[in-house]
Amino acid sequence: MAAISETSGHAGPRFSWPSRKRIGIGLTAFILPVALLVLWWVASDRGWLAEQILPSPVFVYETARDMIASGEILYHTAVSLRRVVIGFAIGAALGLSLGVAMGLSERVEDYVKPLFLAFAQIPTLGWIPLLMLLVGIDETLKIIVIAKGALVPMALNTFTGIRNVSPRYLEVGHALRFSRWQRLRLIVLPGAVPSIFTGIRYGLTHSWTSLVGVELLASSEGLGYLLVWGRQMFWLDTVIVAMIAIGLVGFIMDKSLNNTETLIQRWKKGEA
Amino acid sequence: MVTTTSQAVRFRRGITLPILLLVVWEVSNRTGIVDPRFLPSLEEVVRAAKRELIDNDLLGDLSFSLMRNIAGFLIGGVVGIGFATVLALSRIADRLVMPTFNALKQISLLAWIPLISVWFGFGEQAKIVFVALAAFIPIVLNTYDGMRAAPDDLIEVGRALKFNGRQRALRIYLPSAMPSIATGVHLGLIYSWLATVGAEYFLAVGPGIGGLVIAGRERFDMAMVMVGVIILGLVGFTLNRLAYSLESYLLRWRPKQNA
Repeated sequence: MAAISETSGHAGPRFSWPSRKRIGIGLTAFILPVALLVLWWVASDRGWLAEQILPSPVFVYETARDMIASGEILYHTAVSLRRVVIGFAIGAALGLSLGVAMGLSERVEDYVKPLFLAFAQIPTLGWIPLLMLLVGIDETLKIIVIAKGALVPMALNTFTGIRNVSPRYLEVGHALRFSRWQRLRLIVLPGAVPSIFTGIRYGLTHSWTSLVGVELLASSEGLGYLLVWGRQMFWLDTVIVAMIAIGLVGFIMDKSLNNTETLIQRWKKGEA
Repeated sequence: MVTTTSQAVRFRRGITLPILLLVVWEVSNRTGIVDPRFLPSLEEVVRAAKRELIDNDLLGDLSFSLMRNIAGFLIGGVVGIGFATVLALSRIADRLVMPTFNALKQISLLAWIPLISVWFGFGEQAKIVFVALAAFIPIVLNTYDGMRAAPDDLIEVGRALKFNGRQRALRIYLPSAMPSIATGVHLGLIYSWLATVGAEYFLAVGPGIGGLVIAGRERFDMAMVMVGVIILGLVGFTLNRLAYSLESYLLRWRPKQNA
């Protein structure tokens, strides 16, 4: 605490020591959120806006506490996560296979890619009503929509990754008389890993967005349902808590993927 | 690649699957293998398209959706580029605002809809706000990254020439961030179309293609839903093409990287 108050005492545009500078940067990041929170609190306290339009932060905090204590938020998060995990796993596996097939064989690419691209043009949200007519509004619908969200970026990035493997490496493989399988395992797949990872990240983000979309339209549980329900009841505190939960889950997924990516790509460090 | 297949062969291969798909569709419909309520015949889809186009106001719906899309995109884009420029050029603004922005962008786009509907209602305003938000986020991120990556030697030159803030922004940061901004604009265009569809689904008041699809679903009219979905895809495709040509036009001064 002492160091913090000291820094703010000197607070000029320039700090002389790096450690203080870092503390200064860390603190500056909190100025805006705190200011917004104070403004929010004052606005609701003075009644500038109706409670239904902007509930007080204290109220939102209490709701969050209650929902955590009762296990409600955990339950809905678990439901949503389960859907995303299953849907993403299916979509990513299909997308990876499709991407590998199109990447390795020009013939497959010629046959499949135009149709695939045509389907990919339609936004995921566009499919939802059509699928609702076909498969109803059960769990299947959610899984299909989420899987589709993951499939497209996964397939495209895998495809690009394989196609962009440097021809020089392929030549080396040729010179070493690698078999087809060796070429695939030792050159093509490792070379495509960064791009595949991009696909996984985009795929997961799209899956998560699709999940929220499909739960908003048709669901009786999950975080998206919590949003709709809170909205209908005019319980904005519930809506805000659900939004925070959605943001947190998204953040954690992105962060952990990021860490995995650096871990897997340690060997690349020497390059570039 | 090594093997070069002729254009004609590639084309023939490319249309094989779609044609096969259409044939299977038509055959399974004619023979009654599939319930026609789930899979209407091609004729029926064409009829639905004609009906929507002539009797109902399909073009009107489409232009409403496009207007929303463009209005939101322009607002989000202009505000986004301005916002990102300020953040990239001013260290204080960067430190003050960027962490909050990064935290808020974690919230999945569609999750904003309930809050926006409370604050702005279900009308045109709410939809445009939502579309603008969708365009805003990728444009800010990419513009910011691009400006941050401005080459040091150019910045040095600016310093030597005693550029003021405006000159630095317009002559150094903006041009060197152009490729990145173009990427942002491209993504923004795609996201804003997604958001237009989303806004029309969830804030279902007023005309629009999204509304058409939803109405088709409610009436269990598969042909109508298909017409709507095809149009959604076509518009998405056109926007994507447009973004590509805009990108190559904006970056025409740059040496070609790959042929």
